[in-house]
Amino acid sequence: MLTAELPFLALLLAHLAVAIFVPPFLFGIIAKVKALVAGRKGPPLIQSYRNIAKLLKKQIVLSMTTTWAFLAGPIALVVTGLGISMVIPMGGTESPFGFSGDMIFVAYLLGMSRFMSVLASLDTGNSFEGLGAARDATWSALAEPALFLGMGAIAFFSGHTSLGPAFFAVGSTWGNASGPFILVLAGWSIVFLVENSRIPFDDPAGHLELAMVHEVMLLDHSGPLRAFAIYGASLKLLVTGTLLVRICLPIKSVWWLDWPAYFGGLALLALFIGLLESVLARMRLIRVPQLLVAAILACTFGFLLLFLEPK
Amino acid sequence: MSKNHLVALNGSVHPLEEIPVLDFEIFQQAILDSAKDNNKLVCLTSDQGQRAFAVMADQTSKSFKVFQSIFPETFPSLTTRFLQANLFEREIAEQWGLQPIGHPWLKPLRFHKQWTSDQYSLPWTLGDPGAQDFYNIFGDEIHEVAVGPVHAGIIEPGHFRFQCNGEQVFHLEIVLGYQHRGIERALVGGPHQLSLKMMETVSGDATIGHSWAYLNLLEALAGFQISDRSSVIRALALELERLANHVGDLGALAQDAGFQPTSAYCGRLRGDFLNLTAEICGSRLGRDLLSLGRANFDIHPEYSQKMLKQLSEVEVDLLESIELLWNTSSVASRLEGVGIVSKENALELGMVGPAARASGVDIDARRDFPLAPYDIIPLPVALEDSGDIYARAKIRATEIKTSIRFVRSALNAIQNMESSTVAPETEYLPKLAPNSLAISAVEGWRGMIFHLAITDTNGHFERYKIVDPSFFNWQGLALAMQGENISDFPLCNKSFNLSYCGFDL
Repeated sequence: MLTAELPFLALLLAHLAVAIFVPPFLFGIIAKVKALVAGRKGPPLIQSYRNIAKLLKKQIVLSMTTTWAFLAGPIALVVTGLGISMVIPMGGTESPFGFSGDMIFVAYLLGMSRFMSVLASLDTGNSFEGLGAARDATWSALAEPALFLGMGAIAFFSGHTSLGPAFFAVGSTWGNASGPFILVLAGWSIVFLVENSRIPFDDPAGHLELAMVHEVMLLDHSGPLRAFAIYGASLKLLVTGTLLVRICLPIKSVWWLDWPAYFGGLALLALFIGLLESVLARMRLIRVPQLLVAAILACTFGFLLLFLEPK
Repeated sequence: MSKNHLVALNGSVHPLEEIPVLDFEIFQQAILDSAKDNNKLVCLTSDQGQRAFAVMADQTSKSFKVFQSIFPETFPSLTTRFLQANLFEREIAEQWGLQPIGHPWLKPLRFHKQWTSDQYSLPWTLGDPGAQDFYNIFGDEIHEVAVGPVHAGIIEPGHFRFQCNGEQVFHLEIVLGYQHRGIERALVGGPHQLSLKMMETVSGDATIGHSWAYLNLLEALAGFQISDRSSVIRALALELERLANHVGDLGALAQDAGFQPTSAYCGRLRGDFLNLTAEICGSRLGRDLLSLGRANFDIHPEYSQKMLKQLSEVEVDLLESIELLWNTSSVASRLEGVGIVSKENALELGMVGPAARASGVDIDARRDFPLAPYDIIPLPVALEDSGDIYARAKIRATEIKTSIRFVRSALNAIQNMESSTVAPETEYLPKLAPNSLAISAVEGWRGMIFHLAITDTNGHFERYKIVDPSFFNWQGLALAMQGENISDFPLCNKSFNLSYCGFDL
């Protein structure tokens, strides 16, 4: 194992550095791709960093009706994101704090961040935010089974319930069980787009308070709170994207090949989102649960197929 | 049987004594009878709270029927029997304090004081338009969503009150009036030097439409004839206005559906059409393009050629980008079967313009009540029958094609017309026919813009009534949302894209 060779501290620092500095760049890639496809020049790749820096300098305006829950939403988004980044394997190496059963830990940290942001948005008493929160909660309730079934498939195949070793097993044996994992990948892609509020499920560029989901829940967050929310959303994109990238990455190699491959995978993923958002319209909200059920089915069949595959 | 009404043409002037004065009961019955012949109520109003005037549009004879009566202090409401009278009766009650007895929802339209006194007519008017009683639904699962008057995005102020069950909308009530500027009241005693400027801003995106309607009226009352060339330039400007707005709306529709390509391209192409207008007169919205008796700016042959070339270039990109909208299934699923207004409802509400044509109502003032040059260069009327967002978008696309054809033939025709924009420049305001009534109708891009003027003994406006197409169509939007998902409201709203200030006046 590479972990034994690398000092634990270096791994920890690498994960922290990636989690802190890389996420806004993904937003930059998506915005750039969308702009280029539309025939515009687009904002510079580092625009999101600038926005976050600008917001951090601003004042927070608090409504009189809000309580601590309002503040806790964006903070929970960042904290849970950082927590997940500590237990998921990024660039071919294992995670710094991976443990047996950390799959469940990751899923519930995602759930917790969702719970806190729903609380924060309900705390304002704003009717739009309530609508957004209701949609968010409905969708995540449907996305969770797909996530768990996919994890079940990986755990069943690899015999590990820790993401690090589990992904190694998957990655090194793509050829043996590709069918089931393609299904899991398909299901998780839908979950990924829903979790990150991307088109066709939600429009991150939207300004329509009656139709938005993620953005509408943040309408009242200003200044540093909004900066946290934006950074937290990009961090979530990174950690959930990492799950997808790690299923796809073919084999484990040496660390100085695996890390660039990981970054390349993330960039490709951002490119893919940008292209998708350039050619697809948003779905009608009532159709979203249908697609989420399809995600559950895909992961279920992936899981069931593994019983037929020779190990 | 003697005729109980006056037959008037678009842009004709009639002495008031030619209009028979009916008993009020007979007046109301005459309106109902006329409506039974599929005539549409285009205006029901009063001059200074005494005489009552009703104008019905009769498509088959290409003319308007004008009825006259005297308003009693209180009168039985027509609304329950004839829905098109709804907003007009509310308006009359608000402006003059006349009481339509039995009106089911007698709420102010624009929240202003009476014209004749310093009083509010209706008890609702105390306080903010949004802080009123609304049509309510009660139940454990019912929640109310209030949107506006301040919106996310650069749009006009209006208040929308939804009664929802989860995502489903049971009822939508729209309250406007935030931009009431008192345009009609300011025109009493007019025309003034600045009246034309005021008309250009009744609804800024329909500058040409409203100013043409006004000038058509004024020219009729003053007995001016305008040259063929000037009227072609007016029509050209009107179609360019239609093109710019339709293109912009298709782009906005794509944007609200989250569909980037059409949104990005139509946003740019809208600018190209606005720039064509700007190259004629220096204003993208066509301000100052029209003036009394003539068009302010001529289109020289070399410029016609240039415009024709630019038009062809824009057309290619435009048709491609619109085609993309129909051919993308993810967009189609947002548009089809959503926000339906049935033909029956559209007729009952008296809807006009593309929104009505999308529901299969075959009306278009350019064909029904044509002004020159629409009588010579006729335009086919776009019709759809599904009444959903898709139909309203499709109508826009069809009208874009016909308007481009019209602009092209107008630009070609104008090169061979004698260059006589030279009606004398009128610095002064003309003397108008006294004690007369004149009506004027122009098919703006939202639908029929209707203006009515009544002059006093000195030839000044005693009453000037503007009916913007949005006046009728806002009710259509409210109806289209019943039973729909609240998240589809932005898209549905955009497919109508109605004017707030055109309603508020």
